[in-house]
Amino acid sequence: MELFKKYPKLFQWIFLLIVFFALCFAIDVPETYKFIRGQAEFVKDPNQSTFVFLGKEVRYYAFDVFWRLPPLLGWLPIWINDSLFFLMNDWMPMEFWNEDTQEYKTRPLVLQITRNLTAFMTFLIELIREILLGGLETIVAFTSWDWIDANPWAELPGLPWTIVAAGSAILAYKLGGRGLAIFAGLAMTYISIFGQWKPSMQTLSFILVAAPLSFVFGLSLGIAAFKSKRVEKALYPILLVMQTMPQYAVLVPALVLFGVGDHAAVIITMIVAVPPMILLTLLGLRAVPPEVIEAGRMSGCNNWQLMSKVLIPTARRDILIGVNQVIMVCFSMAVISAFIGAKGLGFNLLLALNQLNIGLALEAGLCISLIAILLDKMSLAWANKQVDYFGNLNFFQRNKNSLFFGLIMIVGIALAYFGSIYFKDGYNYLFEVPHNKGISTADFWNKGVDWIFDTFFVYIKAFNTWLIVEVLQPMRALYLRMPAIATIVLVVGAGYLIGGTRSALVVCGLTLFIALSPWWDRALVTTYMATFGVIVSCIIGFTVGTLCFQNKHSTKFMLNVCDIFQTFPSFVYLIPVMMLFGITDTSVLIAVIVYATIPATRYTIEGLRSVPSGLHDAATMSGVTKFQRLFKIEFPLAFPHMMLGLNQTIVFALFMVIIGAFIGTEDLGQYILKALSDKKGAGIGLTLGICVAFIGLIFDNLIRTWVDKRKKHLGID
Amino acid sequence: MSEPVIKCESVYKIFGENAETMLKEANGNVDAKTFQKNGCIVGVNNASFEVSKGEMLVVMGLSGSGKSTLLRCISRLTDATGGKIFIEGQDLLNLNNKELIDLRRNKMGMVFQSFALLPHKTVVENIAFPLQIKGINTEDSINKAMDMVKLVGLDGRENYFPRELSGGQQQRVGIARSLAVEPDIWFLDEPFSALDPLIRKEMQDEFLRLQEKLQKTIMFITHDFDEALKLADRIAIMKDGIIEQLDTPANIVLNPATEYVRKFTEEVPREKVLLIEDVMDSTTTEDIGNLKVSKDEIIENVAEKILTQEKTVAVIDNNNNIVGSINPTKIINTVFGGRKNNN
Repeated sequence: MELFKKYPKLFQWIFLLIVFFALCFAIDVPETYKFIRGQAEFVKDPNQSTFVFLGKEVRYYAFDVFWRLPPLLGWLPIWINDSLFFLMNDWMPMEFWNEDTQEYKTRPLVLQITRNLTAFMTFLIELIREILLGGLETIVAFTSWDWIDANPWAELPGLPWTIVAAGSAILAYKLGGRGLAIFAGLAMTYISIFGQWKPSMQTLSFILVAAPLSFVFGLSLGIAAFKSKRVEKALYPILLVMQTMPQYAVLVPALVLFGVGDHAAVIITMIVAVPPMILLTLLGLRAVPPEVIEAGRMSGCNNWQLMSKVLIPTARRDILIGVNQVIMVCFSMAVISAFIGAKGLGFNLLLALNQLNIGLALEAGLCISLIAILLDKMSLAWANKQVDYFGNLNFFQRNKNSLFFGLIMIVGIALAYFGSIYFKDGYNYLFEVPHNKGISTADFWNKGVDWIFDTFFVYIKAFNTWLIVEVLQPMRALYLRMPAIATIVLVVGAGYLIGGTRSALVVCGLTLFIALSPWWDRALVTTYMATFGVIVSCIIGFTVGTLCFQNKHSTKFMLNVCDIFQTFPSFVYLIPVMMLFGITDTSVLIAVIVYATIPATRYTIEGLRSVPSGLHDAATMSGVTKFQRLFKIEFPLAFPHMMLGLNQTIVFALFMVIIGAFIGTEDLGQYILKALSDKKGAGIGLTLGICVAFIGLIFDNLIRTWVDKRKKHLGID
Repeated sequence: MSEPVIKCESVYKIFGENAETMLKEANGNVDAKTFQKNGCIVGVNNASFEVSKGEMLVVMGLSGSGKSTLLRCISRLTDATGGKIFIEGQDLLNLNNKELIDLRRNKMGMVFQSFALLPHKTVVENIAFPLQIKGINTEDSINKAMDMVKLVGLDGRENYFPRELSGGQQQRVGIARSLAVEPDIWFLDEPFSALDPLIRKEMQDEFLRLQEKLQKTIMFITHDFDEALKLADRIAIMKDGIIEQLDTPANIVLNPATEYVRKFTEEVPREKVLLIEDVMDSTTTEDIGNLKVSKDEIIENVAEKILTQEKTVAVIDNNNNIVGSINPTKIINTVFGGRKNNN
């Protein structure tokens, strides 16, 4: 009894688990139940039950409600689809002037808006692309095809790669000094020499359009949210869902609205990249000391002056970190949007993976990662750079970078001209190294992969089989064995124990949405894969993090490694695992583990590092050993932050599991992938995306509530 | 007497959702505890006072006493919940946004505890900021700002960034910035609290020097009673949003109005605060010595001279007329007597 009084929470948890398992055992698996493969839910089958809601017929296999809830939300995807189609094709038809046919034409309003939007995006992308690579679309946009036929000289020539490489080096020097400049120059030269110039510049042009647009939108929305509580409240749930929504899932509705191609990809990228920008803008503006704002007001600033001259410059660093985030999301999307036809490295990567040409995939992946790391470092350097005083410099000193770039322009053009005379076989290597003429290492890698397979096949295969048969299959079976009611009781109970009624209600709503959708089984598979990944990642991450923390140099080294790994677009992780484990669940899980270990490690180190040094000294003076200090002081204090790491780990794992659908899994991600090629996939894709986001949000809510309470209890912030 | 520059009539500031209705219902009888029960926090409670031209009013109180809130009501950084505030006869609470901005651009300057400099601007740009906001062109504003830089003794550092300056130097920039538009009213919100004791003393002296030269109307906030005594023409002591006593330093030390005020005055070295005038007898006796002291002297400075006398000392005014007398016993009583710990 005393024990009970001392640890009331513990007994509540045990009670909850007992109830959960009792329910699991009490509810039998119905005899008719089997895991449905493919999209059988949508196949007409006499055994199915149906119901009609809002005029939509939903078919499903009926089970005992305790085992699986009926898909009462089954109408939602169909309804979303129909609404979208209605919006696009029938709603508010209006007369619009058509430039090509020179007449008025009746078109639905939304269709017209989206078409204009895409035309604008296409124009922007082409403009940048043609500055980098050359072309004539931009000129045509202002004149006409006839005009360009008559004046062939007007075609944009494109910049020779030498100028782009040197230009990026100069920019890198200005932002981050010599080291960054050398890295920029080398990276660009590598891309050129290895024949990846064209796709790389296509990707870059995509990012140069998507990132600034996302920045502008994110900044304005962030400011709006800062100024008005109402806007913030309206944005908050969207921001929350977007944080855990797999990027895949947004592709599908965009396909319907904006069609296929770069322009659709840019719009999608903006949808994904704007939320982090909003969050960081808001964070930065909130962090401006109130006295600085008051000083601005007392200086007689009106609202506009206060924002542009006081708030934004003071929050500069956070806002630029937002730019960094935007760029990283853009890269991630640059690859994923290859699924809806965006050109560039991502497209090549996808193609190579589809053909199982690991060598080619590796080359493309390496280039993406190089550019990503470069832009990441450059934007970070920009954020951390402090304003310098330059009033006392002369004209040359002040403008040396632009002057130098002008010089490079002249030299580069001269070199390109010289190259056009020197290289006789039609390829001007000083202008652009063509795709198939660069040095290719693909063969080498492919041979390497073959060799690995020949040599280690037995071991890899044995490991693979062991993992699948002994660990994964049983775990999956266990997850699928959970009755819906038992799962809901467990989740809601956990919510209640952690955060009280409010938390319980929130997680209950989120879980019910998934349970009432037609994909409960798939959600369980997704959760099982994510759980496995998260458990292994946490073990690795916490161990590695703790070990590295023992030494200053290894701490710094490990954080750098985390930084670099985090810069890689998530898709790139699939290349090496496919190389080693082929197309199996194991590959996906290993990619998940590698990807999710990054936040686990980072947060462990950061958590341990945030323990105040005063406490360290106090502990040392009380004569603790290293281990005692670790277990009695550092772990308890770092634990809340480490739990936030767990939160991130779960989000990362979920993302990767969904992307893993590309290799072939049986979870929600597979359905999203299928929805991409389905004419009526928009509703399904979006609903699936929401399901995945909700899985993430359930954990997010529980962990965050716990961390907040714990931090308050410990008195740290 | 001319119109007071700042005039407050029963100003209230109450934080909370239904503060205004509660204030109306309370009918001028605000009790912090009943308000707190209803989720409202009383910041300023019925503050009425006037500050005349060239006067320095120091508002003194511990943290949470509402002194900063009072200042923010008067600068209208926050809107008072009730009462009236007049700045040079203008009803502050009825000004529209444009008039308020005009008032701040031309009449008001404010110095902050945490300096509140703009991190992306140099010293001279920070000082020129209010001028540029006003619409003065870059060259004129920089020239004017350079004068200010010299005034606060920062010449040679005008192109430094705030991050490159020490706390004291940063606050000099803050002072220069608040003076750049040549305001009539100068608000200082604990300007020296974040500084080291030695620097603080130096800055106080510097501040007195500036004030002698500029003769601004000042509201100065502090939690340091000694600072208040040193600087003030009049002191307002606040507690829980209420002004406990508003008087000259001497009167506060000699006649504390409440128990709370008396606690502050106990530890004060009176010989450093009080003038001869404050303690002298205004009657003159026959038995007067040759020594004469000015009525405006601080006791500390003349105590030794007076104490070595056996007779009563004559007190004179600026025109050498005898206005009163003081005997050595009185000095001893003032310095050592009347304190709680000596009784």
